[in-house]
Amino acid sequence: MIKAEQKPIDEILKYLNPYNKILLSGCGACVTVCHAGGEKEVELLASGLRMARQKIGKKIEVLEVTPARQCEPEFALELSETIEKVEAVLSISCGVGVQTLVRHFPKIPIFPGVNTSFLGETITHGVWEERCQACGNCILEKTGGICPISRCAKQLLNGPCGGSSKGKCEIKKEADCAWQLIYDRLKTLNQLYKLEEIIPAKRWGVESRDSGLRRIVREDLKV
Amino acid sequence: MSFKEQLESGKFVVVAELQPPKGNDLSELYEYTELLKGRVDAINIPDLQNAIMRLGSLSVCTLLKARGMEVIYNLSCSDRNRLALQSELLNASALGLKNVLLLQGDHPSIGDHFEAQAVFDLDVMGLLGTAKRLQEGYDLMGNDLQGKPQFCVGAQINATAKGHVLDLEIMDMEKKIRTGVDFFFTNSIYDVSLFEPFVKKVAHFKVPIIVAITLLKSVGMARYVNKHVEGASIPDSIIDQLMKASDKQKVSNEIAGGLIKAFKPLCQGVQLIPIGWEKQIPTLLDDVGL
Repeated sequence: MIKAEQKPIDEILKYLNPYNKILLSGCGACVTVCHAGGEKEVELLASGLRMARQKIGKKIEVLEVTPARQCEPEFALELSETIEKVEAVLSISCGVGVQTLVRHFPKIPIFPGVNTSFLGETITHGVWEERCQACGNCILEKTGGICPISRCAKQLLNGPCGGSSKGKCEIKKEADCAWQLIYDRLKTLNQLYKLEEIIPAKRWGVESRDSGLRRIVREDLKV
Repeated sequence: MSFKEQLESGKFVVVAELQPPKGNDLSELYEYTELLKGRVDAINIPDLQNAIMRLGSLSVCTLLKARGMEVIYNLSCSDRNRLALQSELLNASALGLKNVLLLQGDHPSIGDHFEAQAVFDLDVMGLLGTAKRLQEGYDLMGNDLQGKPQFCVGAQINATAKGHVLDLEIMDMEKKIRTGVDFFFTNSIYDVSLFEPFVKKVAHFKVPIIVAITLLKSVGMARYVNKHVEGASIPDSIIDQLMKASDKQKVSNEIAGGLIKAFKPLCQGVQLIPIGWEKQIPTLLDDVGL
């Protein structure tokens, strides 16, 4: 799922400086799971904003809402009536959710309250780690299900860089070397022969973000 | 005789690494080059090594070649995409540079421009394949080239890997040879016993291996290397020698000289990495009769 972290409150306060009545919108999906933008975080941030503004003698009215999935138009549109009552929106959904609101409510300023960080998994309570960069052509079959694109700092396709030490990454000392994990996994699966293959360079400019805006069109689902 | 011809003849080659300046003043580098002229078989010029911004390998190699030196041009995947990498290889060829060392490259986050974006559009296997492709007269998209560049291609190996990492390294070496590598440079090695198992396992490849020897300048440097450089293991005996040394440069040369003699029967050359003690190299070579 998408992982995010709340922006520093001072940065958020700067965005909101000209406004006295805002809507603070969270999201019930990914950012709820990573405790960055769910109902609880909406409530806490709203209180924080009210207190901070009260402290400088410039009260702010904060309406609170947490749609189930802000990135889906049907849920975003549920905010229509509330949005008409405010001067600006602070969204603590991911960057996708922010832009869904922007598309449907073009006349009102909408600000991000979180930094969208990565696509990752929960390691343990309070710890999340990147697992996918949505590169557009999954190679997990070749690498024992461990992704070198998201987990190797150099995105290497053909083995480790030589800088890893005791199974840890040269760049992020606390991170496991992706190629150590790939080796261990393939060994467990008795598939070390897969490492003999030279994996060709990725076609970044065709399959990935470098090709420009990506879009999926499913003719069978269009109405 | 070109570097490639020397390797093919089986000669034991001596390479010195000279770091380009951070800036465009080459006077010091030229001074070192004059000292090394006729004493080393090639000068290896790193490109943005350790992700530190410096003058590039291409211009330094071109300038040193014009002064009559055999040079090894370095190119890595860290800072250029596949268009730039191919273009740089063509640049090198057009400028008369034939020896190229193709590297994975260092991640910008370890260097002095740690806010930079890492590129790694290709990995080193992709870059080696690119050099092969260009030499066949095509670019990576299959377009014909006007003129075929010819290179003597080198790659890096970690020759002190142990356990399964050693198995991976040998697999990596085999893939690199398949992709057209003509010679290998190793990491810096300070203990011949760590190199022997590697040599035994790769002897059948019959591709020249050039061992790197970094001049050790102090006990502190040796301890730092032992702590932070993967695969490096400087024996206590060497650290003791450094500790007792009244003349550090003399003892450093004795250590390097001992290593050269020990490695000589096991490999096809050495790369001396002086990092500041470039002027010592002629004396060191005198000491070992090279």
